[in-house]
Amino acid sequence: MIDAIRNLGSRGISSVWRAGAMARFFMLILANSGMSFRRFQLTIREIYFAGVMSLVIIMVSGLFIGMVLGLQGFETLQRYNAEETMGVLVALTLLRELGPVVTALLFASRAGSAITAEIGLMKATEQLKAMDMMAIDPMSRVVAPRFWAGAISMPVLAALFSSTGIFGGYLVAILLVGIDSGVFWSNLHAAVDFRYDVLNGIVKSVVFGVAISIIATFEGFDADPTAEGVARATTRTVVTSALTVLLLDLILTGFMLRGD
Amino acid sequence: MDRKTIDLWVGIFMLMGIAALLWLSLRVGNLGEDRPSSTYAVEAKFTNIGGLKAKAPVKSAGVLVGRVSDILFDNDKFQAVVTLTLDGRYSFPKDSSASILTSGLLGEVYIGLEPGAEDKKLVQGDKVMLTQSAVVLERLIGQFMFGKAAEGDTAAAKK
Amino acid sequence: MSSSPSQSFVEIDNVDFSYGKRAILKGISLNVPKGKVVAIMGGSGCGKTTLLRLIGGQLVPSKGMVRVDGQDIAALDRDGMYAMRRKMGMLFQFGALFTDMSVFDNIAFQLREHTTLPEDMIRDLVLMKLDAVGLRGTAKLFPAELSGGMARRVALARAVALDPMLIMYDEPFAGLDPISLSVVGQTIRKLNNALGATSIVVTHDIVESLQIVDYLYFVSEGRIVGHGSPDEIRNSDEPFIRQFVHAELDGPVPFHYPAGNYHEQLGLAPVRPVTPKGSRP
Repeated sequence: MIDAIRNLGSRGISSVWRAGAMARFFMLILANSGMSFRRFQLTIREIYFAGVMSLVIIMVSGLFIGMVLGLQGFETLQRYNAEETMGVLVALTLLRELGPVVTALLFASRAGSAITAEIGLMKATEQLKAMDMMAIDPMSRVVAPRFWAGAISMPVLAALFSSTGIFGGYLVAILLVGIDSGVFWSNLHAAVDFRYDVLNGIVKSVVFGVAISIIATFEGFDADPTAEGVARATTRTVVTSALTVLLLDLILTGFMLRGD
Repeated sequence: MDRKTIDLWVGIFMLMGIAALLWLSLRVGNLGEDRPSSTYAVEAKFTNIGGLKAKAPVKSAGVLVGRVSDILFDNDKFQAVVTLTLDGRYSFPKDSSASILTSGLLGEVYIGLEPGAEDKKLVQGDKVMLTQSAVVLERLIGQFMFGKAAEGDTAAAKK
Repeated sequence: MSSSPSQSFVEIDNVDFSYGKRAILKGISLNVPKGKVVAIMGGSGCGKTTLLRLIGGQLVPSKGMVRVDGQDIAALDRDGMYAMRRKMGMLFQFGALFTDMSVFDNIAFQLREHTTLPEDMIRDLVLMKLDAVGLRGTAKLFPAELSGGMARRVALARAVALDPMLIMYDEPFAGLDPISLSVVGQTIRKLNNALGATSIVVTHDIVESLQIVDYLYFVSEGRIVGHGSPDEIRNSDEPFIRQFVHAELDGPVPFHYPAGNYHEQLGLAPVRPVTPKGSRP
């Protein structure tokens, strides 16, 4: 019993410590970001691994989720004779919530874990130390480009996710349900607002991208330099990212709805 | 992986992202579209606007002719002051009337503009004199119940 | 500049180092003369690698001073440290090659990062370095496709890519078959002579070391327990050195980790000391 309490306490302390260390790590990344932009080739390479490689999973998931939303929305909306507004339901759900959040969760498990594993492995095999001994700072050569690649890729992926999702909803509406294409779009236009729906969604995806990239690079850099340590760090990236994204989503949504 | 291939793919990736953002903003988010080149604002006062919100559509004969740009409260007359921004392409007679309507039972709240007969047209800064406030569902139900009760009373009195 | 009379490139002066409360090095002093190959020998976990980290400035001593090329390492700021490290090359224990780059790119890495040489000149330099370790043919391979000995030699070529003045080797012979081992040993010697550099080899391979180095230091439990040239070491009577050189099972370095009485722990009655068969009391 006492052990359990003690365990809980030490876990609490360690998570507070990690949060503080991550904030410091973020500052360190920002201070060492010069090279990521001066030699943008480094960042482009990482965008390829973080962004382009996640393209298929993001777009396929987006399409399916949009279609499912369309079907479920139709099911409920037709009870109120409002099935024409199906597109509105799909678009608003995707733009405001599902687009940024689901993309962030997929991105954390696809790209975030890969970033952690890669940096962790470089640490375990002393590649980071070797680089440091060659008078090249791993923070600016390895960590910062990966961070920026993640932060840039995430909003792009979220936009693609929402777009394919709305397209999926459109397909269901037109082909399965038989809503007129003009009605679908005019309902969308009337209900979707650029400032409150599209822009807020983009803001969310940017925030999530930064958060996941910090977590992923930090966990990799902080990993125990063993195979086991890297595996643990990878798991931690996915779990911490998911929780952080959901918490941030709650906070951001609270702020964004208040202005409405 | 060849550097050129990576550059190419990242380029495609970024272009796709920008295209998606533009599509979301323009086609879905309605930015840029339906934004008339010239507009004029008129004011209308209502005793009750119900669930009307800023950016709600203004329709005439079912066609979107403008949007609600501002809602204020007039503390002297205790009325709502609604600013309607109308599309410069359309003009309405000065004695047009504005009413707050709901599309369907639970649909969105909008302002319906009913044209009048006068020759003079509404211009920037004019006031719409004839207005009809929102039908508040609770009040309607209350009236209905009251009416029923009164009916019952008279029925009872007749006996 | 250096006040040392013997033209030392690296001077370690009475250095202590500890990880937390665990003392790793206790008052170590040693000199590495310019142009020589010096071996630091000792058993596993005696602090040899720590010593290299101290010289490279990746760790800071808790007491004492480390001087490289006359400069106090601990007193350097970040830029000064990086300028110093450009004069150093280091071979890590398992090579630490960058796994996401080809052999060619691994060696070109520092040239590309630190110089503005045109790509065709970098190509020539890389091929020269690879040729020096006999692996010009592997330029297009990836580290995962190399054998352990080949990876070590590629890492060697990478360590000397910028023609360093000081080359440090962390266990260059660990886990190599006898042929690769002697190839790596010969290459270390050859490179040192060709570059006019100074080399420090941290190892526990006494046989190979005695063949290639100019001077040896023995470290045990964080202290220097003996030093000398290969000839002196071969003929030394120091018990530790004797044990090390001749690979004796028991000596100053005990075979047994300190433990309680063996027989008691097994629950046997400790009647009398056991004498091996055939030996006479």
